[in-house]
Amino acid sequence: MTEQNRPALTTERVMGIETEFGVLHADVEDRARAGAGSSILLSHLVVGAYALLDPAEGERGRRVRWDYGDETPLRDARGFEMQRAAAHPTQLTDEVRDAHVPSVELDAPVTGPEVAPEGDDAEVLAWASQRSIGNAVLRNGARWYVDHAHPEYSAPEVLRAREAVVVDRAGEEIARRAMGILAGAEGIPEVALYKNNTDGKGASYGTHENYLVDRDVPFERIVEALLPFFATRQVLVGAGRVGLGTRGQEPGFQLSSRADFMEAEVGLETTLNRPIVNTRDEPHSDPGRFRRLHVIIGDANLLEESTFLKLGTTSLVLAALEAEHRTGRRILPDLALADPVAAVRTISHDPSLRATVPLADGRELTALEIQRAHLDSLSAAADAADEETAQVLRAWGDILDLLAEDPMRAASRVEWVAKLSLLERYRARHGLDWADPRLAMVDLQYSDLRPGKGLFDRLRAAGAVGTLVGADEVEAAITTAPTSTRAHLRGGLISAHGANVPSAGWDAITVAGPTGGHRLRLADPRLGSAEWCARHGIDPDSDLDTVLDALRRAVTAS
Amino acid sequence: MSQQSLNAPGGGPDENAPDDETLTGGQTFASVQGTDDLLDEIDSVLESNAETFVRSFVQKGGQ
Repeated sequence: MTEQNRPALTTERVMGIETEFGVLHADVEDRARAGAGSSILLSHLVVGAYALLDPAEGERGRRVRWDYGDETPLRDARGFEMQRAAAHPTQLTDEVRDAHVPSVELDAPVTGPEVAPEGDDAEVLAWASQRSIGNAVLRNGARWYVDHAHPEYSAPEVLRAREAVVVDRAGEEIARRAMGILAGAEGIPEVALYKNNTDGKGASYGTHENYLVDRDVPFERIVEALLPFFATRQVLVGAGRVGLGTRGQEPGFQLSSRADFMEAEVGLETTLNRPIVNTRDEPHSDPGRFRRLHVIIGDANLLEESTFLKLGTTSLVLAALEAEHRTGRRILPDLALADPVAAVRTISHDPSLRATVPLADGRELTALEIQRAHLDSLSAAADAADEETAQVLRAWGDILDLLAEDPMRAASRVEWVAKLSLLERYRARHGLDWADPRLAMVDLQYSDLRPGKGLFDRLRAAGAVGTLVGADEVEAAITTAPTSTRAHLRGGLISAHGANVPSAGWDAITVAGPTGGHRLRLADPRLGSAEWCARHGIDPDSDLDTVLDALRRAVTAS
Repeated sequence: MSQQSLNAPGGGPDENAPDDETLTGGQTFASVQGTDDLLDEIDSVLESNAETFVRSFVQKGGQ
């Protein structure tokens, strides 16, 4: 194998996590009166509270609006805009003219800011909910918004699994700040937020991962490779759940909170007939180069190492698919499942990890064996000198060893085991069977984000589960964007010039400069990183004219 | 749909909330020494009326 052809897989890739939080009236009587009917209102209050009222987000009552502009045009115009732009390389338009360079649109119409009323928090929140303000871009580069009937935190895009953990944890803290603001506002309902995925009554809401993947890899191959991997990774990163079936109709415990809601192998839907591999593909970047893999099967994880491994292992599988396509040599094991949807449930419903699932070739393997086969094949092709990659592979192997020996030995590193271990001890103390509502209560309260309430926090404080990132890093990530992607430029401009940034999106930032509006398009998420900005002499903290001049020079130079 | 119109927020927390939803324990805790301590702690913070709470935890579906 030549040096050039050596796969040398790493975890590095553009990726991110979106979290829909469970949302409730904290007050039990309000809750009983309102049922789920108030969840949209509560979600708006949560979003408005942090975006409009937290001093960390700048001027009171003002937010940076979400720019939807990028979503549809990029998808619908696949290929066409590229060619047209290539024919006019100097033309500055609102379209993506080249995947490798940004474009700046001059004199974009800039809508005047909406003005929140003077007054206390309750008045601002009433104004915000009446106007249905349900979208904001935060100075850490995240999108903070109302999705369906849940507040959602779409973390800023990053390049590494560890970075993803930091920005995901920052989202939990932002949720806590929002709850705190609502608790302090007179006459506004107090809200409780949960980082979980189901109410145990048939409703599920997602924690989605997103990964950019080389567009050239055939999607059929991605599906084929991901089905056995996704069906089995829950042994490593499942969050655990009390109750079997979408309504928890059967008493018991299972590995994954999402497993029972997966009904198809592959498909576009996310709210009905949910598929193991989702085909939504809005890359928010150059569609000629990138596909966005939108993963909906994953659980909401509070345990940091679970989030780390969920992203790290999946990114390595995708790197293997890219390398296979590039070199024509197979890396991943051939482990087609006979019935992937059934396998997801079989595996989730078996905390002993002894259940086998049938393969298309007639073999019967356990989830641990299938995961081990993936680990072995990826280890052989990985760049061992890459620190994070080595860390992911080492942890993956260590945990599979522990799980094979006795799943309970992994209680500090695997979230479903941490939860099960707590439940078993609680069961033993009080002599409870699995149908006892106190166990469902433990499961719900495990993911309660209110300070003093959440049982996961108790586990963490007691040292029963490990941590991976520092509290100081998480704190910083609430107000500072990651440096590795365009989130740096987005968040930096919002932080330093928020009043002059009317809106932003994943691949667009509008800046209202003294001489007119400018819309910056970033069709490659690596553009706008701290390294890229430094290379082009762009310091988002410098005065706005200087920043705009530097951006213009960057476009011209590209 | 995230943009549908809303009614004004409802009334504030009901001052006559039943006592059975208040916590049975205090909110400050010393460092935890072991399993028993952790379970004690959970007993003290777990919502006391589990059945009512679990029944009232109702969400709309999401993605």
